[in-house]
Amino acid sequence: MRLIWCGLLTLCVWLDTAIAQNAPLRIKITQGVIEPLKFAVPAFEAENLGAKKIAAEISRVVAADLTSSGLFREIPSSRFIAQRKTFEEPVRFPDWRAVNAQALVTAAVTTNGSGKLTVKFRIFDIFSGVQLGQGMQLSGSTQAVRRMAHKVSDQVYERIIGEGPYFDSRIVFVSESGPKDKRLKRLAIMDFDGENMQFLTGNDNIVLAPRISSDGKKVLYTSWETGFPQIYLLDVETGRRKRVNTPGDGVAFSPRFAPDNKRIVFSYERRGNIDIYLMELSSLRSARLTSSPFIDTAPSFSPDGRQIVFESDRSGNQQLYILPVTGGTPKRISFGKGRYGTPVWSPRGDLIAFTKQSNGRFGIGVMRIDGTKERLLSASFLDEGPTWSPNGRVIMFSRQTRGPSGAPSIYSVDITGRNLRPLNLRAPASDPSWGSVLP
Amino acid sequence: MRSIYLNVAILFILVACSDSEGGFGSGSLGTDGYQGSGFGQNDITSSTFFKENVGDHVLFKVDKYTLNEVAKTALDIQANWLIENPGFVIIVEGHADERGTREYNLALGFRRAQSVQEYLVARGVSGLRLKTRSYGKERPVEICSVERCYSKNRRAVTILASGSS
Repeated sequence: MRLIWCGLLTLCVWLDTAIAQNAPLRIKITQGVIEPLKFAVPAFEAENLGAKKIAAEISRVVAADLTSSGLFREIPSSRFIAQRKTFEEPVRFPDWRAVNAQALVTAAVTTNGSGKLTVKFRIFDIFSGVQLGQGMQLSGSTQAVRRMAHKVSDQVYERIIGEGPYFDSRIVFVSESGPKDKRLKRLAIMDFDGENMQFLTGNDNIVLAPRISSDGKKVLYTSWETGFPQIYLLDVETGRRKRVNTPGDGVAFSPRFAPDNKRIVFSYERRGNIDIYLMELSSLRSARLTSSPFIDTAPSFSPDGRQIVFESDRSGNQQLYILPVTGGTPKRISFGKGRYGTPVWSPRGDLIAFTKQSNGRFGIGVMRIDGTKERLLSASFLDEGPTWSPNGRVIMFSRQTRGPSGAPSIYSVDITGRNLRPLNLRAPASDPSWGSVLP
Repeated sequence: MRSIYLNVAILFILVACSDSEGGFGSGSLGTDGYQGSGFGQNDITSSTFFKENVGDHVLFKVDKYTLNEVAKTALDIQANWLIENPGFVIIVEGHADERGTREYNLALGFRRAQSVQEYLVARGVSGLRLKTRSYGKERPVEICSVERCYSKNRRAVTILASGSS
């Protein structure tokens, strides 16, 4: 038995007697067309009476998670031929082939009196008629049922798709209310699927563009608490916030963490000129990274922490530039028709996501870090502010509708441009910032 | 005193006739301005008079922060009044319409506010009385999504607060 995680949730891989195959089931991608993989998740078995509701909930959440990726399609249980009674009973592959299932997830859920929740699960490749990898076991608290489900989904996703996990992650965003000219804004945090929403600030000041640290513990944002925009640092756990003292008499905004969470980059306005600064949080020592008489803003680090990408209007309108954090001459990477802003470096390091304005529309796009292979993933009246899933596979952004009652909501899209979908939230929401997978 | 404001009033009428985009006129601004000292609207030294009669804002073209002739004339009048009423500290607030990304519009708002501040200083208003701030696209005065509203949201507003300079 191998212990992979400790903490709230622990994952164990146990040695199964069943024949395991290690080659993952792969999604077929032919000429950019993805055929979602058809999977079946029979209701998870409850091994004790107390686990019944939880088992049902976990199986529902797992199915919803996988479906939300756009890479899977669920086979409704009404079509099932095989009626499974226990977790240990053998899988009748012909019954699952008959309903065109390609993958099957089976699981058993146990709870005990002290609030411990255990899920055992197996993944099967139906066409090959074998179990995919080892069976796995996750332990956690009955207080964190949805998280447990997301962890199961992440394991299934990783094994079948062969990419990193992202379901068990949280997103910081701005929750909005009130009329457009007197909008109230407050920071909030939620699970990747919009559940478990909690407010992090009150709504008595304008707040915008929160950025979560890579460990998910801190949030940088801009607030008008003093009447003037300032950078604040918020502790997610305690809700305590403090102003980040930036150098001199200028105004700092648009902050973002370095991957080490010890340094930040931000825009700094002084006498109408806006440049980019780097600052160490512990010492407050700062360095000016750009010194142009133009608007340099929206900086974002590369995942190795060595470079930043930012937008500047030095060429006459908003374009994207890359600059080493040691300084030097920024290198322009965007050359298409239109304006490019809010660049964000992908966690894999290979792509930059951005907001593009052209022909009166705003869309989210991606390009390689050398500016080639630009692709637009969305377009509407006003799409802006992309943020990457922890595995670099999905992008979330804000989409605002037009008109006096226009309001923002958060959308997600696969980096192929498929599977564009709104998050199901109760209130208008903007400026998502996607944190990493929870430990 | 009176004759100066008679001149202001005449200028006001001239400008108002020459261009409807002059940046005058009243209408409530979404921003919470500080009230001066509670004088009535007819008190020509009150912040209310400044806002409603002298004119407290200027407008900008799409993605621009330069002052056109209409804006400069409006700021000449603002500057005269501000010099005559030294008891106010001044915050120039820059705004943008919704057709831009959030950070860029915040930056653009700063530039608009800076343009106004520099102009007022050049016309003799003490820089020590002046501060700028930007709200980007966060505080529109008009909420429709057409140019008629956008043109009013691309603005810099001169907000007065009583205080020593």
